[in-house]
Amino acid sequence: MAEYSALSLLANALKGNKDWKPAWRKPDPKASYDVIIIGGGGHGLSTAYYLAKEHGITNVAVLEKGWLGSGNVGRNTTAVRSNYLLPANTRFYEHSMKLWENLSHELNYNVMFSQRGCLNLAHTPAQFDDYARRGNAMRHLGVDAELMTPAEIKRLIPALDISGDARFPVIGGLMQRRAGTARHDAVAWGYARGADRRGVDIIENCEVTGFLRDGDRISGVTTSRGDIRARKVAVAVAGSTGRVMQMAGVETMPIESHVLQAFVTESLKPFIDTVVTFGMGHFYMSQSDKGGLVYGGDIDGYNSYAQRGNLPIVDEVMSEMLALFPGLGRVRMLRSWGGVCDMSMDGSPIITTGPLPGMYLNCGWCYGGFKATPASGWCFAWTIAKDQPHEFNAPFTLDRFHRGLVIDDKGQGANPRLH
Amino acid sequence: MLITCPYCGPRDVIEYTYQGDGNRERPDPASQNFEAWNAYVYDRLNPAGDHNEIWQHSGGCRAHLRVVRNTLTHEISSVAFASGDHHAPAARRKAEDKP
Repeated sequence: MAEYSALSLLANALKGNKDWKPAWRKPDPKASYDVIIIGGGGHGLSTAYYLAKEHGITNVAVLEKGWLGSGNVGRNTTAVRSNYLLPANTRFYEHSMKLWENLSHELNYNVMFSQRGCLNLAHTPAQFDDYARRGNAMRHLGVDAELMTPAEIKRLIPALDISGDARFPVIGGLMQRRAGTARHDAVAWGYARGADRRGVDIIENCEVTGFLRDGDRISGVTTSRGDIRARKVAVAVAGSTGRVMQMAGVETMPIESHVLQAFVTESLKPFIDTVVTFGMGHFYMSQSDKGGLVYGGDIDGYNSYAQRGNLPIVDEVMSEMLALFPGLGRVRMLRSWGGVCDMSMDGSPIITTGPLPGMYLNCGWCYGGFKATPASGWCFAWTIAKDQPHEFNAPFTLDRFHRGLVIDDKGQGANPRLH
Repeated sequence: MLITCPYCGPRDVIEYTYQGDGNRERPDPASQNFEAWNAYVYDRLNPAGDHNEIWQHSGGCRAHLRVVRNTLTHEISSVAFASGDHHAPAARRKAEDKP
């Protein structure tokens, strides 16, 4: 029975909207669970949801240090796409895309998934050839991709400077029409409600301070709200992966934490109805339903756990925005913020059993974790429930660096700040 | 963020290039120690707090610097030449002044 329907909206409106059930309870932690998930972000919550729904494991706690969705799930620029080159990534992100396409219905929660398309602009013939190659690789695996000419792009985005006089003239682009954006907070809230209704305890303001051990095996966690035991402990803490793994005695990881900034302008009338990315730097932009232009660029480029960045990147992102859209020169920026990204050594994620007995690890999302939220949780739940990876996340092991099986979509080598 | 170069003084971070974690030890190029190479290439301490890292003053004197910077606050507590063989300009002049 759907909680949110036209009928329930009407009935509650007539009663002054006083009888809505909270979307999730505020339970106190129990002494033990079957599974503890550390991290109440998008990935932790979707993991809990799919554990309960797909695998019937409902004796689960999600431990969140702050409030629900206070980390990267509420800080990203909301783009969803599956336009990767390498088969391991394409299969995984396309699985995610398929889950996105049914997510509002599945959760009975409007995540405002809008398949408005994502266009990568090409500025040199070599880059255009490269996009053609990537588009072919995508289509080979059943993902939609199409090359666009400057004239088609001009029709799609009239405000774009497509003239030959532009600093970096646009000579074409690669479009994925099924890509788009989603309302990021709603994703966290929808998964939280779905998990809560199936019996998962979502415990906010509960900081993990250490791990409990039974011999070699991880058997629970110590927290700011007492010790909690569990047969299985799953870690999904994105930018805090290094800190949490150090508590477990894992000194080094193939991860560096970097800060990524994002920006939003004042609300404008409809300006662009797609996600557009710049090919001669690193810049991406879309327009929210509220009207603000949501955009960002590169990470700051040095290790950081601070959720705020420095001015050089602000300057660079604004320059790139104006190179594409000179008409935005007088638009005011409303807000900027930062999030801490777990940059892996090959730009691809890690979803695996281990590295310690009783532990499961989900990390290495770089700054592309939002689009992965459904598939990440789906695959992580599978891995936790069955103690082995699903074929979609089987390549995303932790020891792939050690074994020389890296998945380096961008071809940058072991240089996290360049992925 | 300002980094105080021992040669050039305090300069904006845009003059510098980040060279990453300064804790890693590069094995001898002839080494066939797989584990040591793997650790050098892939393993990171990634601390939340003081981080020992290498920056190059690429937009200035081009010296490689060993910087201790707090990854939570971006506060820099020490800057020195990455190689212990270098001396600060003042010290070098003093040495040259000697008869």
